[in-house]
Amino acid sequence: MSVNLTIGKAINAGLRRAMEADPKVLVMGEDVGKLGGVFRVTDQLYKDFGADRVIDTPLAESGIVGTAIGLALRGYRPVCEIQFDGFFFPATNQTFTQLAKMRRRSAGALNLPVVLRIPYGGGIGAVEHHSESPEAYFAHTAGLRVVTVANAVDAYWMIQQAIASPDPVVFFEPKRRYYDKADVDTEAALDSAHPMGAARVARPGTDVTLLAYGPMVKTALQAAEADSDHSIEVIDLRSISPVDYDTVTESVRRTGRLVITHEAPVSGGVGAEIAARVTESCFYHLEAPVIRVGAFDTPYPQSRLEEHYLPDLDRVLDGVDRAFAY
Amino acid sequence: MSDNTAHEEPELVQLLTPEGELRHHPDYPLDLGADEVRGLYRDLVLVRRVDTEAVALQRQGELGLWASLLGQEAAQIGSARALRPQDMAFPSYREHGVAWVRGVEPRNLLAMFRGVTNGGWDPAEHNLHLYTIVIGSQTLHATGYAMGVQRDGATGGDDGTAVIVYFGDGATSQGDTNEAFNFAAVNNAPVVFFCQNNQWAISEPLERQSRVPLYRRAAGFGFPGVRIDGNDVFASLAVTRRALQHAREGQGPMLIEAFTYRMGAHTTNDDPTRYRVAAELEEWKRKDPILRLRAYMAANGVADDDFFAAVDAEADKLGERVRVDCRALPDPDPLDIFHEVYAEPHAQLDLQRAEFADYLASFEDAGAEGGR
Repeated sequence: MSVNLTIGKAINAGLRRAMEADPKVLVMGEDVGKLGGVFRVTDQLYKDFGADRVIDTPLAESGIVGTAIGLALRGYRPVCEIQFDGFFFPATNQTFTQLAKMRRRSAGALNLPVVLRIPYGGGIGAVEHHSESPEAYFAHTAGLRVVTVANAVDAYWMIQQAIASPDPVVFFEPKRRYYDKADVDTEAALDSAHPMGAARVARPGTDVTLLAYGPMVKTALQAAEADSDHSIEVIDLRSISPVDYDTVTESVRRTGRLVITHEAPVSGGVGAEIAARVTESCFYHLEAPVIRVGAFDTPYPQSRLEEHYLPDLDRVLDGVDRAFAY
Repeated sequence: MSDNTAHEEPELVQLLTPEGELRHHPDYPLDLGADEVRGLYRDLVLVRRVDTEAVALQRQGELGLWASLLGQEAAQIGSARALRPQDMAFPSYREHGVAWVRGVEPRNLLAMFRGVTNGGWDPAEHNLHLYTIVIGSQTLHATGYAMGVQRDGATGGDDGTAVIVYFGDGATSQGDTNEAFNFAAVNNAPVVFFCQNNQWAISEPLERQSRVPLYRRAAGFGFPGVRIDGNDVFASLAVTRRALQHAREGQGPMLIEAFTYRMGAHTTNDDPTRYRVAAELEEWKRKDPILRLRAYMAANGVADDDFFAAVDAEADKLGERVRVDCRALPDPDPLDIFHEVYAEPHAQLDLQRAEFADYLASFEDAGAEGGR
């Protein structure tokens, strides 16, 4: 049965389905209970699954991730909501030194099926620390899987795949796209969904590959629509760690050009890593250097300036034009 | 208001004096048979020998590092002997006595410090989590685990499960430890916080960590805290038993501050002569956990000279085994670098492993061709 859902509602439906399927799945975080989360992503779960499975935690991010590790060691599958991207940082120690490393430390004796849900990215006019794109820190940390979604269909399936994964998964939710809608077949089997680690060609094209993920996929699709001079192929990366290089390089070998866009600052970013890899593996196919369109290497600015900071349609199109200037 | 509360001397729960005299405490009764007392003595002596051998092995270059437990044997053996098989323990990195009681082979403890593994045992096999190096991190793991025990309905009865977590005085300054106290309290989680206050966090004395006695921290979070003589194996056993029972019965967390002393260096990289005076060491030598138990046993006919000689002989054999086993620990395969990072395949890692395997193989090919 197909249901028209926003990204937020799709994640909610995915959480509900995972909780119904497995009594070991828990939701935990600040305000996830009666309030249903500040973005209402956990709406009604507390009512239906109770306080033992939808845990309102003390206001302490390290405590959330640290106790989730302990719950996972006891056989549970905790899904932690970190309220906003900029509030994740108190939990970096537990995430980077413990969650990411414990399987390796135990030589495989321990699995930590913990999901960290992080609403991220800008564009909602928020105050400081509510608009950041910290995905590169996570992608740089071995032991974590890092994914993000761009539409409600992926939101519904990927949250379930993340919960089912025996590895810790950082699940980035594009908060400015929470209300974008799509038809979701909520009754299909989980294993029929597109694999969590795989990229997807969101729009085929022949002249240039435009790679985006999370909130920038919509902008990239708008750019492809707007540019009547070039046939732009848009790839929705979906998984930031691991990167599905097969899909990316196959596209680049056909188009000969690659433009990467993300909301995060460009230096040391995910785009930099992909550019280096693609240059190494597609050098003789490239007609132009790999172009990056991202944010500046500054703190996220006050919201009245974010339209200049975030890569928008024009800046993405400018990046495409630069790729054709060679 | 007093401004020097850190220097007030709270009463210790002590069941065995440094002179080896037994005392009774109304809240913490302990009725041990002679066999149990002899077993505790044996544990104390053997784990001290493992520690002594490990320090020597580090000096000989066989271990990269060792964190000595010298002086803290009673705190560890007493508390660990209070555990039941189903209980789960979370150590920091100095809990060799706890590991001994939980049945971890000494060579597996040494393996981490030798650098052949970052772990060394299967936590599920021993109900002992792996050593955790980042200070205080394990307090949250224990608390989360205890929340899982609660959700499993595994508390309440006498056969219920409790959780214990070990940490030092320095860890009480960490945010994680304080968050763990709070998470445990608001969830009424069945976890015992066992702080070995050995007076020194590397070079920093207790007064750089806390203005109040550590056991009193518990009151601020809403659960009981008690200070014990950490060099008294009977007090450690009796109070931990009581705290575990408290947790097991669903009454929530407890904090035990074992007031003890780290007789050696923080680790083999440390030089305590730079920051503490010899007189302090001499004072604590008189409180030695093994000597006082031996004095009690000898004076009360719990054991005779043959027993003590037999334990010493067993320690000698164990020491030899530790030395042999340590040197026999093989270096891991180079490709082990890539193993067990993820439970499921990870494309970038698979590629790097394949490239590195080819690179390593190229040397073998070169060898087969007579070298370059």
